[in-house]
Amino acid sequence: MTMSPQLSSDPSDFYSQSFSKGARENTLILNMGPQHPSTHGVLRVIVELDGEYIVRAEPVLGYIHRMHEFMGQKKTYTQYLPNMGRVDYLHATAWNWAYVGAVEQLAGIEVPERAEYIRVLTCEINRICSHLVWWGAYLLDLGAFTPILYAFEDREFLLDILQRVTGSRLTYCYFRFGGVYADVDDKFIDDTRTFIQRFRKRLKMYEALVTKNFILRKRCEDIGVLSVQTARKYGCTGPVIRGSGVPYDVRRAVPYSVYPELDFEIPTFSEGDAMARYMVRLKEMEQSLRIMEQVMDRMPDGDIQGKTPKTLKPPKGETYFAVEGARGKIGVHLVSDGSATPYRVKLRAPGYSNLSCFAELSKGTLIADAVSILGSLDLVIPEIDR
Amino acid sequence: MTSIKNALAGLWSLVVGMGITGKYFTAPLVTVFYPRQEAENIETYRGHVELVGKEDEAGVPLCIACGQCARQCPSQCITVSAKVAPADPAESKDGKPAKPKRLKTPGVFQLDYNLCSLCGQCVQVCPVDSLRYSNNVYFAVFTRQETNIDLLERLERQAKEGK
Ligand code: SF4
Ligand code: SF4
Repeated sequence: MTMSPQLSSDPSDFYSQSFSKGARENTLILNMGPQHPSTHGVLRVIVELDGEYIVRAEPVLGYIHRMHEFMGQKKTYTQYLPNMGRVDYLHATAWNWAYVGAVEQLAGIEVPERAEYIRVLTCEINRICSHLVWWGAYLLDLGAFTPILYAFEDREFLLDILQRVTGSRLTYCYFRFGGVYADVDDKFIDDTRTFIQRFRKRLKMYEALVTKNFILRKRCEDIGVLSVQTARKYGCTGPVIRGSGVPYDVRRAVPYSVYPELDFEIPTFSEGDAMARYMVRLKEMEQSLRIMEQVMDRMPDGDIQGKTPKTLKPPKGETYFAVEGARGKIGVHLVSDGSATPYRVKLRAPGYSNLSCFAELSKGTLIADAVSILGSLDLVIPEIDR
Repeated sequence: MTSIKNALAGLWSLVVGMGITGKYFTAPLVTVFYPRQEAENIETYRGHVELVGKEDEAGVPLCIACGQCARQCPSQCITVSAKVAPADPAESKDGKPAKPKRLKTPGVFQLDYNLCSLCGQCVQVCPVDSLRYSNNVYFAVFTRQETNIDLLERLERQAKEGK
């Protein structure tokens, strides 16, 4: 057997190899990351620059790969639950939901109505948290420092609210098969109502302070225009594809839980640039507030935990369950062989598909604009690597 | 003409922004000066798990040493084993020494908090509700070994302190 020539000749990895071979006169190969402040986590982007313009860019993944899918095959169904809060730490409840939803579908577990409402409520609160972090961090990338402090001030209220039921502030492990861990109390509801009132005013302030700001508009408008075809080609979902004018939202497209009974809109903007994606997220926060209000008005009394077998062994088969996360469609493909551990867990991370279009979007842009594009995709690297 | 208008509108947006910043400059402080002050939202915080004592004997846990929590834990961070009573010579039969007896109370109950993911599955699975979340927010250590908490000792200490 002969050794493959690539293995024996050059110890550097594939990306640096192909990039260094491709470097031409007057171009420069540059590494952005894995420890770069604008990549928010350990994402490495190799860019070939001509002056300040990007000739090509290639994201390199895998720096925070934690084998979540493999862990799923080694642990029992319940033991795998805490992993879900750690895949995407910014919208942990949505991942909780995608996994418990898949297991419930496979094992035929009923969820009481109150639990469904609580799930929607916590999921939407968490969505606002996630968008707030994105909003602050994105503006930080663009050079505005103050907004992140405002965003985190508001987020603090939400974290306190969620802490009441989940006990933690970031990596929630709150959903259980057939229900949720703890019931919401009156203080939870009161605090949420107070927050909604407060946040509506704050959103107006955000708009005056940032959205209308001339400098922000210059940094976002007509930057990284994503066409519908490209978005579809790469499987973009969430605010990224809605910023290109496609009203695709799992909550409406494949309705789950009590979402069909709730009245909310799916904000879309057709420009496809970074500003459109920005606007989609801001509008989504308003819609989330609306959903939260309706949920609190309608929430019935009752159990929060349905009947579950003591040792969970779903029947042989497979299932797919998707929910709408802050970054797009979160899917869990679960295959069971009838034993107490899953045969295979496949996690569909929206960030992975959203990032894939970056290479195409950043071609020919200034490097500073590439930072703006990267931020507008709202990436959470641990989720992309899983 | 439109470009001048745009430039003016742009400049005005900056003034508005500065106005908002100015307003918040005089607004009351929202942060706390830790460690001189403490945040007030910690009573709902759920820290590492701890044992619950018996009602009449606060230093002794309700735990029956069944080991379900250790089996259920996704991270294998609980070590629990039953207390073993020394063999009673009076019980020996046919010249064979009596076997040591496993008591229904734990002799060892260690939690490796380093590995714990605070999922709460041990709390939920316990048949006698002997586990609960503690409120230990300010948990900082110098070495990794210190995160290995002896929950029995902790319970005794708490009972002594009259908590
Ligand atoms: S909270 Fe979860 S990880 Fe921690 S000890 Fe209990 S079962 Fe184990
Ligand atoms: S704490 Fe509860 S589950 Fe764990 S060994 Fe004791 S009785 Fe069993």
